[in-house]
Order: sequence, then C-alpha cells, then structure tokens
Amino acid sequence: MNALLAVENLATHFATRNGLVKAVDGVSFHLDAGEIVGLVGESGSGKTVTGFSLLGLVDAPGRIVGGSIKLEGRELVGLPQAELRKLRGRRVAMVFQDPSATLNPVLTIETQMRLALEAHERVGAAAARDRSADLLTRVGIPDARRRLETYPHQLSGGMRQRVAIAIALLNRPSLIVCDEPTTALDVSIQAQILAQMKALAADFGTALIWISHDLATVSALASRILVMYAGRIVEEGPTGEVLRKPAHPYTQGLLDSLPSIAAPGEDLRQIPGSTPSLANLPEGCAFAPRCAFADAACKSAPATRRTATRAVRCHHPLGEVAWPL
Amino acid sequence: MNATSPVGRFWREFCENRVALAALVVVAATILLAILAPFVVPQNPYDLASLALIDARRPPGYVGRSGFVHWLGTDAQGRDLLSAILYGLRISLQVGLAAGALAFAIGATLGAVAAFVGGRVETALMRFVDLQLSFPAILLALVLVAVLGPGRGQLIAALVAAQYAYFARTAHGAAAAERAKDYVSAALSTPIPAWQVVFRHILPNCLPPLIVVATLQVANSIALEATLSFLGLGLPVTEPSLGMLIANGFQYMLSGRYWISIYPGVALILLIVAINLVGDQVRDQLNPRLKR
Amino acid sequence: MAALIACQNLVKRFSSPPQLGDRLARLLGRPVRPRTVYAVDDVSLEIAEGEVLGLVGESGCGKSTLGRMIAGIQPPSAGLALLDGVPVMGGGRSPVKTTTRVQMIFQDPFASLDPRMRIGDIVAEGPIANGLVSRAEAAADTAKWLAAVGLDPTAAQRYPHQFSGGQRQRVAIARALAMRPDILVCDEPVASLDVSIQAQIINLFLKLKRDLGLTMLFISHDLGLVRHISDRVAIMYLGKLVETGATQAVFENPRHPYTRALLDSMPKLRLDDADVDFKPIDGELPSPLAPPPGCHFHLRCPGMRPACRTAVPELIRSVDGRELACHYPLVGG
Repeated sequence: MNALLAVENLATHFATRNGLVKAVDGVSFHLDAGEIVGLVGESGSGKTVTGFSLLGLVDAPGRIVGGSIKLEGRELVGLPQAELRKLRGRRVAMVFQDPSATLNPVLTIETQMRLALEAHERVGAAAARDRSADLLTRVGIPDARRRLETYPHQLSGGMRQRVAIAIALLNRPSLIVCDEPTTALDVSIQAQILAQMKALAADFGTALIWISHDLATVSALASRILVMYAGRIVEEGPTGEVLRKPAHPYTQGLLDSLPSIAAPGEDLRQIPGSTPSLANLPEGCAFAPRCAFADAACKSAPATRRTATRAVRCHHPLGEVAWPL
Repeated sequence: MNATSPVGRFWREFCENRVALAALVVVAATILLAILAPFVVPQNPYDLASLALIDARRPPGYVGRSGFVHWLGTDAQGRDLLSAILYGLRISLQVGLAAGALAFAIGATLGAVAAFVGGRVETALMRFVDLQLSFPAILLALVLVAVLGPGRGQLIAALVAAQYAYFARTAHGAAAAERAKDYVSAALSTPIPAWQVVFRHILPNCLPPLIVVATLQVANSIALEATLSFLGLGLPVTEPSLGMLIANGFQYMLSGRYWISIYPGVALILLIVAINLVGDQVRDQLNPRLKR
Repeated sequence: MAALIACQNLVKRFSSPPQLGDRLARLLGRPVRPRTVYAVDDVSLEIAEGEVLGLVGESGCGKSTLGRMIAGIQPPSAGLALLDGVPVMGGGRSPVKTTTRVQMIFQDPFASLDPRMRIGDIVAEGPIANGLVSRAEAAADTAKWLAAVGLDPTAAQRYPHQFSGGQRQRVAIARALAMRPDILVCDEPVASLDVSIQAQIINLFLKLKRDLGLTMLFISHDLGLVRHISDRVAIMYLGKLVETGATQAVFENPRHPYTRALLDSMPKLRLDDADVDFKPIDGELPSPLAPPPGCHFHLRCPGMRPACRTAVPELIRSVDGRELACHYPLVGG
C-alpha cells in the first residue's frame, strides 16, 4: 500500500525537572492521500505533540527519541531543520488552535500570503495577490481583495482562523495537520468552518489530520478515527464503526460521558479518576486504574491487536470482533 | 513526581546557579559578620579612648600599639580599618534593610489599595507616584536629608521617601492583574471586609515581583546611604558608615595610602554586587516567561 | 411558582473613556461617537425556586455579564436584580453585594482559587466571616462540604496547585455551598475541563440539585449540556434575550430563527457512515460596539423581512409560558 504518511513507533519525550515525560510513546498510524483522520484525546494525551512531531516543530526540552515518520516515502525523523523548513508549507502545513500562532500582527494579510508563496516558488506580486484572493474567497471570506489589505487585528477570531487555513492551503500541501482549529470559536462559526474544510480538502485532494477533544466534530468530518490516551493510540478504525461499537473501554467511557447519550436530567456515566501524569504512568495499561474491566492481565502493557480496518490496544476489548492476539 | 514544597523546589533551582549561590553566601556571611562584629573585631572603632594617633594611617599588616595586627591598616584617626569596615557594614545593612522593609510595606500597601479601590483615588495616587519616579532618587534623598537633618532615623525616612514609589508601581501593576481574577470576585461574594481581601488575597499573590524589587532596592538603599554619607549628609562622624570611611580616606589616595578608601569601597561593592546577583537569580526564577 | 430571582430591565453598559484622538476631534468640532457597548441590554428574567435555568449564547452575547449582575459581582448600569424582592447589590457610588444567598462558580478553576491559601481556609473563610460557623467548628464544616463534592477531607491541608482542574472545580463548588446559598450562578463551570471530567462535575450538579434543592443559573455555550441539566432555557443574542421556555419545548420546537440556527450548528455525534450535511448560519456575529438596527439578528436571518431592519422586536410571553422576541416566528416544525 502506498500511504501518504506512515508513522512507525514514534516517540517524543520531554526531559523536565519532574522527570522524563513520555508525551508520545510508540505511536504508529498511516494516512492515505486525501483522507481525513480524526485524532481524539483529552488534554495531556499527546495528540498535539504528535501533530507537532509530524512537522518537526517539537522544541527543547522535547525531542523525537525514536521511530519513523515517512511522508510520501521520505523519512522526516533526523532531517536537518533546513530541509524540514522546505517541506513545511509546501508538502505539509499546520493550522493551530490560536490563529495568532500563524499570523504576524504587523504585516497585512496580503504580505503574509505573498511571503508564504515566495518561500517555495518564484511568483510575481500580481499573481500572488490573485491566488491569495482566490483562496480567501474559497475559505469563506467575503470581499477578499479588500481583506487582503487588512491587518490580523482588524479581523474577528473566526476570520483570522479562516486566513490561517487559507495560508496552510496556499502551496497545496498534501497534508494539513489541524490542531483544534475550531475549539476557540463559536458553534455557528465552527459549523461554517467544518463545512468549508471538508469541501476544500476534497477539492484540493489534501489529507487532514484533525486533532480534537470533541468526538462530535470529529465524527462529522473524519472517515477514520484515532483515539489517544496517555501518549499512545489505544483505538483506531472507521469513524462510524468505532463510535457505534467501541472496542477500547476508554473510547466507550468517552462516548458514555456525552450528555447527548443520556436522558435529560439523568446522571451521566462517568469515567472515574483523572488522566494520569505522563511523568508517572502506571505499569502496564495506562488506563487500567480507571477501567471497570481491569484485572491482573492489565499489569502488563497490552500489545496492539489489528484486524483489516481496526486496531485496539487492550487486553479485554469490548464487542464481538475477533481480535487476533 | 516527588511531592516537594514550592519553597523546596525554589531553593533547589536557586542552587543550580553557582554564581548566585556564591553571592548568597557572601550576603549571608556579611550579615553574620555585621551582627557579630562586636565579638570578632579586635577594636571598638567608636570607642575614642582606644584610638591612638600614633597608629594613624598605618599600612595593612602593621602591628599596633595594643599588640594586634591591623590586617587592613588604619585610618586617619588610628582606627583599625577591618573593625571600622565591619561596624560600617552594620550601619549600612541596618539602614538599607530598615529602609527597604519600610518602603516595601508603605509602597506595596499603597499600590495594592490603589488598584483595589480604582477610580479617581487610583489615578491620583499613581500619578503622584509616577511624578516622584521621574526624579532621581538621590536628588530627593539629598533634599530630604538636608531638611530633616542628620541622624539614623532621618536617614531611613529619607531613603523610604525616595524608594517607596518603586514598590507602589510594582504592587499596583501586580494587584490590578490579581484584582481581575475570579478568586477575588469569589472573596467579595462573602462578607469578608474589603481590607482583608486586599491583605489576605491580593497582596500575597503580588509577592513574587515585590520580592525582586525588594532585593534590588535594599542594594540601592545601601548605595544611596553610602553616597549620602560620602557627601557628608549621612550619619554623625562618630559613627562612620562605609560611605564616610571612603570619604575620609579620599584625601590620602594621592599620597599612596590607598587602603583607607579602597578597602571600605571593596566591601561596599562586594555587598551590593552580591545582593544584586541574588536578586537577578530570584527574578529569573520568578519570571514565568523564562520558566522552562 | 414563586420567583426567587427576578431581573427587571437589567442593563450593563461599558464605555471606554474618550481617547486622545477623540478628544482632539471633539475640540475641532467633529462629532464623536461614544464607545459604549451594551453588554446586557434591557433583560428581564425570572428564576423560580428549585429551578435550573440554562442561559445559552455565543461569546460576547452578554451571558456572563448577566450572570455576574445576578450574582452581585458587577453592579448593573440600570435596572435591578432582585432576590426575594430585595436587590442583590446596594446602591450608591460603589455598590457592594448585600446578600450571601447567591454564590458563583467560575469557568476557570485555576483563577478562581487563591493559589496561596490552603483548601480548608478557602472553603472556611466565607462561613467564618458570615458567622455561619465558629472558628472551632470550621474544620468539621469544611470536611462536610468537601465530602459533599466528593473530595477527601485531607484535601483541606493542601494547596490548589496540588489538584487537577476537575478537583479544583469541586473545591470551588464546596466553597460556594459552604455559604449555604439559595442559588448558584454557574458560569461555564465545565468548559475548561476534559470530557471525562465534565461528566463527573455535571453529575455532581445533578446530585446537588436533587439533595439540596438548589436553584441554579447555568450559563454555557454548550447546548448539549444545557439540554441535559436545565429545566428551562433562555437564549441570548447580542445583549438581548431572544427566546425562553421549557428546555424540551425549546429544543424540540424552536420559534426564534437564531435558536434554530444554533441547534442546527451544534455538532452532533454521527454514528452511521453517511455524509454529514452542515447547515451553518451565514455571517459573523456583529460587533457589539455597533449592533445592527432593528432586530439584531436580521443580517444573518434566513427569514428576514423589511420590518426586521427597523423595528426592534419585544420579548413577548405567549400563553404556554414561552417568551419570544421575533416579528416572524417559526411555526411548529
């Protein structure tokens, strides 16, 4: 299979005062061209660090300590920063939760978009303006030519995020990593951006990794879903299948705790306890202390068990799927 | 994660900077020596009866009439310089710490209350503070000492008046930020009196930047006191502080009797640099933007 | 049904002092528009005893400001917030809260607990000051409230930084409960928590409602949560209430186009493999500095007619107890 992105055993660790934090610890997944994959997890699950690792954006004291990231067959781990910079924007781009991470407050939108284009190809000013205006229109910004002359602070939060998305799309990368891009936005704006993102990804043939804590938005967007817990992917599979028949008790717990599942006024089913500190993970399965199904077997780390389309990292997967050992 | 107190963590981090640690040792040793001065020095420099003019202006290492070695030489009155420096440090530290503490108390209260009350009171108070900050502290202190006259209390008062504004500015900025936080709103939802909200909730949370200002202002107070004494506006001649020792020895510099001025100067610089190094490290550690 | 809280024409204006440029312009004879934001614009609202009212709206609609006025943390610019007929804040130039019967839970549990106080002191401070408990009884009282929110009594000896976000929110709830309030104003109390922790805190609120019969104003942007916890909902848009009513009725049969649009944009969990059809509302939230004339929603409203551009719709109560501010309400769907 010729995957666009193949991540094998990725490990990104942070050496902090409180010990070694294994933010990402043995993560493997792949992504086909044009595919939208949702990466779901709670805070501290390692989902954002995974996204940053893909672009080589992990800063000290963090470091990719092992594994491989192959984008279009090319190994990214160990690539010098200069090479990575050439790839970023052109082959792979990122949209952050806070658009001000992308936008420079003292440059006009036009200048920023022109610079993003010029970083990778020779382009005339007029051509750059045309392409920028065209993209702004496509991400849902009315009156795009006039907006090109504005500064980021003159735009609303939703508009800024649209501009950040347009910049990510400028060089037509084959992969965009989106880190909670709609979390800070209002629901009505979020719905607009989700709809546009889905259409744009299809038009451009761009693959998306959509990082989010919100199962509902991911379910609306992604064809496949990866669930992360404590630095590892614990479940993977087609979105509908995973949400209908979760195999990992953690996925089940997340679904059960959504208020839309329970009848109004009833107690929600909750996952007991809280997410563990990554500097001090329990032996064996990291979810075992919060898991209703945990037993002696869970003292040892579970291996990833795969079927043709799904994977789970659990000793006691739920449901009637026949998981190979 | 090992459960250590925030103070313990702070201390461990502090010890990682060798220079700051050395500076802290210097400061601590100086304070200790200043406290113990009456017991460690061979001579009481304020006791005029023990001074003999025959011992005056002798170089370091000179064995005096009373039989002990003047390791740092003697001054124009025949005082043992080592003893005089330690007694001088005593005065400098007393004045510096007292002025620093008083300026801290007055300035922090003023700043925090201004931030809490808001409105015209805040504007008036902070404009006045700004106005004062636009004058050099030394100028203000000079005028005040000239008006108030000599004496330890007057000197401290002048230093406090010249320096409280720095605390007020810092406290005001920090308190305004804390005032907007929800825990203050929550406290105001209970019948706790307003002054208690200021002193129990807001001020303790403004401490980190204030501690930084405090260390630097103590060093400043000491330097300022030395400057005033050097100019002859400080303490009476019978109780020479470091500044006055330097001033007294100044006239002998050209005749080669360097030690009368230089050694008190070295002691002063050492103390001030050490306090500043400690303050710098504390500031770096308390600055969340430099936190790793 | 007796109204425990009654807001009468509450208004909150924020006006920034004129800037240098404005003053110069005025000196030169140019008219200057005052920079005034109506965060809350003439809102009247009642909360019955024992009721949970959900207050929903997007960012900047004034829902937090309304909550703070009801909690007695911010004084209204005009109008009154009454608790049993008595204003929650005194009048005068610097109004202070006059009652402790309203307590508030804040969004960010990292900012709402004094980081330098022990949990025990945080919880006990109010009741001691209020004379509810003596200093000697305080420890036992604190332990009781910590237990009520599912925390170990040993928590009293520790500091906020030793707790996770969810546990801190429990402490904040214990602090509010220790004041024996009749009503809790909860401003996005779970928005900053992880999904699995959100459920724990929501369950805690449900338990408190059952056990203590608390009245609550539950402010949130999350329609799913509000639907789950509230008896009645109020929808706000740009400082004004646009619709109120019993939760189920409003969610199943919204009459205001904005309510409908919000419900349509709410992300829903998709369990089948079908493609999702998004039905987002067009346009952006207008700036509260310059709200559109007439109905504030008319620029984004699919059913806009000429009258909407000029006439401001009043909030009108219908026979079934629902209130609506729309010239052309949606009919049953």
